[in-house]
Amino acid sequence: MTNSRKNRLKDKGFEYLGVACSLFGLVVLAIFIGDILADGLSRIDWDFLKSLPSRKPEKAGIFTAWTGSLWILVFTTIIAFPLAVSAGIYLEEYGGNGRWSSLLEVNISNLAGVPSIIYGLLGLEIFVRIFKMGNSVLAGAFALALLILPIIIVATREAIRTVPPSIRAASYALGATKWQTIWNQVLPASMGGIFTGVILAISRAVGETAPLIIVGALAYVPFAPSSPMDEFTVMPIQIFNWVSRPQHGFTVNAAAAIIILLLITFVMNGIAVYLRNKWQKKINW
Amino acid sequence: MSNKNTEKIIEWLLRLSALVTVLTTIGIIWVLLSESVSFFQEVSIIEFLTDTQWTPLYKDKHFGIMPLVSGTLLTTFIAVSVALPLGLVIAIYLSEYAPKKFRKTVKPLLEILAAVPTVVYGFFALMVVTPFLQTIIPNLSGFNALSAGIVMGIMIIPFVTSFSEDALQAVPKSLKHGAFALGSTRLQTSFRVMVPAASSGIVVSVILAFSRAIGETMIVAIAAGQQPRLTANPLVPIETITTYIVQVSLGDVPHGSLEYKTIFAAGMTLFVFTFILNNISFWIRKKFREKYD
Repeated sequence: MTNSRKNRLKDKGFEYLGVACSLFGLVVLAIFIGDILADGLSRIDWDFLKSLPSRKPEKAGIFTAWTGSLWILVFTTIIAFPLAVSAGIYLEEYGGNGRWSSLLEVNISNLAGVPSIIYGLLGLEIFVRIFKMGNSVLAGAFALALLILPIIIVATREAIRTVPPSIRAASYALGATKWQTIWNQVLPASMGGIFTGVILAISRAVGETAPLIIVGALAYVPFAPSSPMDEFTVMPIQIFNWVSRPQHGFTVNAAAAIIILLLITFVMNGIAVYLRNKWQKKINW
Repeated sequence: MSNKNTEKIIEWLLRLSALVTVLTTIGIIWVLLSESVSFFQEVSIIEFLTDTQWTPLYKDKHFGIMPLVSGTLLTTFIAVSVALPLGLVIAIYLSEYAPKKFRKTVKPLLEILAAVPTVVYGFFALMVVTPFLQTIIPNLSGFNALSAGIVMGIMIIPFVTSFSEDALQAVPKSLKHGAFALGSTRLQTSFRVMVPAASSGIVVSVILAFSRAIGETMIVAIAAGQQPRLTANPLVPIETITTYIVQVSLGDVPHGSLEYKTIFAAGMTLFVFTFILNNISFWIRKKFREKYD
C-alpha cells in the first residue's frame, strides 16, 4: 500500500471515529431518558402533582417541591434580572477600558468559575445568619441570584455589543442623551439576546441543588410556602432525597419527578433557542 | 439641567449594580476566610494538611483534609479522562470534517448534556451506570468513584467540545489552506497544524473541565459515597470535599460548632483549587487572544 493511500485510510478512519464520538453522548442521553421514562412515566398523575410528601412512596407527591421551585424561580429572577442587566449595561456603555473595568471583567469571569456549592456557603453566612432571613425562600433566592449574575451579565454584554454604533450615533444626532439612547435604542434592540441569557440562567437555577441544601432548604416540608420568609424545598432536593432512600417505591418517585424537572429544563432551553434564532434573524442592520 | 442630573443618577445606579459583583467576591473570600481562621484556631493547619483521616463527625475526631482531596481528585481525573478524548475528537470532527448540516444539528443536541440538572446525572450514575458496570466488574461497590466520574465526564463533554472548537475556529484559515496545498489529508492538517496552533485554547478547555469537575457536587454526593478514604481505588466508596459539605448541611449542625466550621475550611480548600485553575485559564486565554488579533 502506498503512503498516500494509507494516509487516506487513516483520514477516513478518523472521520468514522468522529461520528461515533459525536453520537456516543447522544446515545447515552437517549438511553438515560428512555430508562427514566420506563421507570417513572406511569407514576405521573394529578395526585402525584397535588400530593404532599409522605412516608409511603405511593402516597407521596411533589406539590411542595414544585411550588417551592416556583417561588425560588420568581424571587431569583426579581433579584438577579435588574442587577445583572444594569451591571452589563454599565460595563458595556460606561465602563471604558480603564483599570477599574478590567478588574470588574476579571472578577466576573472568576465568579462564573466559582463552584455553586460555594455560593451556598456565602448564602448561609450572609443571608441566613447575618441578615437573619433564616432557611427561607428569600435566602435561597439571594444565593441563587448571585450565582446566576455572571451568566446574565455576559449575555447582556454580548447582546448590547451587537448593536451597531451607527444606531447610537443617529440617536445622539437627534439630540438624545446617553441614557435616552440606551433606553430607547440599544436596549430594545438587544432585548432578544438578553432574554435568551436570562432564561438559560433561570433554567440553571431551577436545576441547582447544592447551594440550596447548604442554605438550609429542607428535604421534608409539610406545606407549600406561602410567603418568601417560609421554609421550602425544591424539585432537585426532593429528587435527591428520594434517590437516597432504599425502597424501590421512592426510586420510582424520583424518576417521575426527574421527568417533570427535565421537562421544565428542556422547555426553558427550547424557548431560549427559539428566541435566539428569531432575534438573530431580525437583526439585519 | 434636570436631565443632566438624571443621567448622573442613572450612571451611579448602574455602577452600583456592577459593584455588587465585586462585593460578591469579597463576600465569598471573607466568609470562607473568617470561618476558616476560627477553625484553624482549634485545629492545627499541619494536622489539617497531613493527617490521613477525616472524621469530624465521629467521637475520635481527625481533621486531615487529604482523604477528601484524594476523593475529589480521583473523581475529577476519571471525569477528565472521559471528557477530554471524547470532547476533543468531537471538536476536531465538528470543526474540520463534519458537513454543515450535521454540525448544526449535533452541536445544540450535545449542549443538552450540559443543561441537564446534575441531580439527574446522580440518579443516572447510581441507578443505571453502577449496576451496568457491576456486570463487568463484579467487586464494584454500590457507591464508587468510577461510575460518578464517568457520568461527570459525560456531563462536561460539551465544555471541552465548545471551548476547543472555538479555539480551532480561531486559527487563521491560511494555515489550514497551506497544509492542504502541500498535500496533507484532513487528519494530518488537524493534528499537525490545527491542534498545535489552537493548543492554548485547548489547554484552557482542559483546565476549565478540571475546575468544573472539582466543584461538581450532586453526582458525587449521590453515587460516590460518603466515606472519606485516602485511596486511588475507583471501585470503593469515597467522599469528595463537596459531598462532605452537603452531608453536614443535611444534618442539624449548630452554628459556631467545630463541625459547622469544618464545612468552611473544606469550602476554602475547594475555592483555592478552582480559583488557581480559573486564573491560569484566564491568563492563557488573554495571551492567546493577543497572539491572533
